Amino acid sequence: MPELADFLQYSFSGLTSGAIYALIALGFCVVNNTMGIVNFVQVDFVSLGGMLMFSALFALGLPMVPGVLLAVAGVALVAMLVERFGLRPARSENPLVLIFLTVGLSIILRGLIKLVWGKNRMALPPLTPDLPLEFFGASLLPQALWILFLTLIAIVLLLWFFYRTPLGLSMRAVASNSTAAAVVGIPAGRVRLTSYAIAGALGGLAGVLVTPITTLNYDVGVLLGLKGFAAAILGGFGSFPGAILGGVGLGLLESLSAGYLSSAYKDVVAFVVLLLVLFVRPKGLLGK
Amino acid sequence: MTDRQKFLYFIALHRTGLWVTALSLLLLVFPLVENNPYTLGLTNLIAIHAIVVLGLNLFIGYAGQISLGHAAFFGLGAYGSAIACVTFGLDSWLAMLLVAGLVALVALLVGIPALRLTGHYLAMATLGLNFVFHTILLQWDQMTGGPSGFYGIPSLSLGSFAFDDELRLHYLLWGLALLSLLLCLNLVRSGVGRGLSALAGDEIAAAALGVDTRRAKVKVFVLSAVLASVAGSLFAHTYGFISPDSFGIFVSTDLVIMVVIGGMGSIWGSLFGAALITLLPEWMDLFETYKDFVHGGILVLVLMFLPQGLITGLLDLLRVQLARLRQKNVTA
Repeated sequence: MPELADFLQYSFSGLTSGAIYALIALGFCVVNNTMGIVNFVQVDFVSLGGMLMFSALFALGLPMVPGVLLAVAGVALVAMLVERFGLRPARSENPLVLIFLTVGLSIILRGLIKLVWGKNRMALPPLTPDLPLEFFGASLLPQALWILFLTLIAIVLLLWFFYRTPLGLSMRAVASNSTAAAVVGIPAGRVRLTSYAIAGALGGLAGVLVTPITTLNYDVGVLLGLKGFAAAILGGFGSFPGAILGGVGLGLLESLSAGYLSSAYKDVVAFVVLLLVLFVRPKGLLGK
Repeated sequence: MTDRQKFLYFIALHRTGLWVTALSLLLLVFPLVENNPYTLGLTNLIAIHAIVVLGLNLFIGYAGQISLGHAAFFGLGAYGSAIACVTFGLDSWLAMLLVAGLVALVALLVGIPALRLTGHYLAMATLGLNFVFHTILLQWDQMTGGPSGFYGIPSLSLGSFAFDDELRLHYLLWGLALLSLLLCLNLVRSGVGRGLSALAGDEIAAAALGVDTRRAKVKVFVLSAVLASVAGSLFAHTYGFISPDSFGIFVSTDLVIMVVIGGMGSIWGSLFGAALITLLPEWMDLFETYKDFVHGGILVLVLMFLPQGLITGLLDLLRVQLARLRQKNVTA
């Protein structure tokens, strides 16, 4: 049954890229919920994750697991620095100023990545050796399974953080009503810093996981980040289940249309969907 | 009133008109002083950028919204003119108008749904549009020439008088840039413009005072897209060659940087922002390596310390200092 095998193959690759979009979309949502802005730096967190992983493996010679942890923690740290020294000194509540600031910081960070790691394309090895598994005639890479598994772990950790820890609860308080949260004494600075750290960690993880499949380049995150944003809008901007649903939905749509229609315009699908959603149901699939 | 007071009153009353006249005179005699084709080529590029930035600044500064896709409208103008003139053999002025109309339609289609929402969805919608446009330019190579670009676009001409050297282009491009400047200056002083200013100050208050905020935002968005498209057509006819690289998403961010440096909502600042960012690579060696740091750094520093824009911000600082000095003299 070649049709079934084809369909399964497209669905697997759609699920894999969908998981990546979901991770990035969650990063956008976390910052949007606490600060009310679109964080353009998210895009570069993805590239930076891959780059740090590359250095951890080849410059420091670390094994896979510490390498992943180091890369994700490194991006989270950079994200915190971006918030603390890039956004907070502006002392502005004007969203226009803050969004343009993230655009500027994103340009600087991209320049920095270009300067440190160069402009060449690099290859990152997958987490475990590439021995494709057969599944009803479709082949499945171990890296794809890792992506799905680690995305699930990340989502479970996020849920635990937002529902079981004091800091997570206070972040949800800020998201639901920032004035009331300030009145009861929730420190705004710490919440913002944490939301950037989470966004950085999610973006970094996405970068670590996806670059063995794509290639590693200083601006690999731009396109992935934009699609992650489209996924967030598709699901309803700010909603966490929406971000996951939007990411997976977008990934599937993209790989099925590339498989059955045309692969030349594969990257266009995400933005056509974005415009259509804004047209038909602007609050997204699960938006309030 | 004494004659001196009358004179000063006249100047104060007509200051905008006088500034425009002064700038026009300056530009009229500029080629007499500086006739190096390279320099004129640069100032011509400033004129083209200024037209885009003027429109974009109306949108960002007055409608309080973000567009990160104006390079797409700029590119639509350029490729539209190129394809209409070369492939379909249309008259270049007619093509410019037709393409501008088409771009207005595209802007309307993107703007209406995205501007229906509060928040900054349009930023991403326009960025997405820009990305789609760039991909199409690269992929649809029998129409656009693909990555290697589009060659052989004719110069603009009036009858047999062709705008084919830097000097002639100087007058054409700056003439149109000044026209756009006048249009923007008059627009913000009209009823519509006052409504827009109110919108920039406080959207809810503006709506309460009877400004149809959604319609106003869409109108300005379309106007800014049309200006970008006209500038794009001029760009194509000026250089005779266009390639997708000139219309990518990073060009859009450069346009936004021009607006922010000039000052969001400052019409005159637009000219300054366009000039500064266009000239920057000329003043710096090694610019290519550090371009990101310079552009990003300028954007971040201006937003952090002078969010009103470089010139407006510095003038404000100066004004505050002067007022303080005067205060001191009065008390002393």
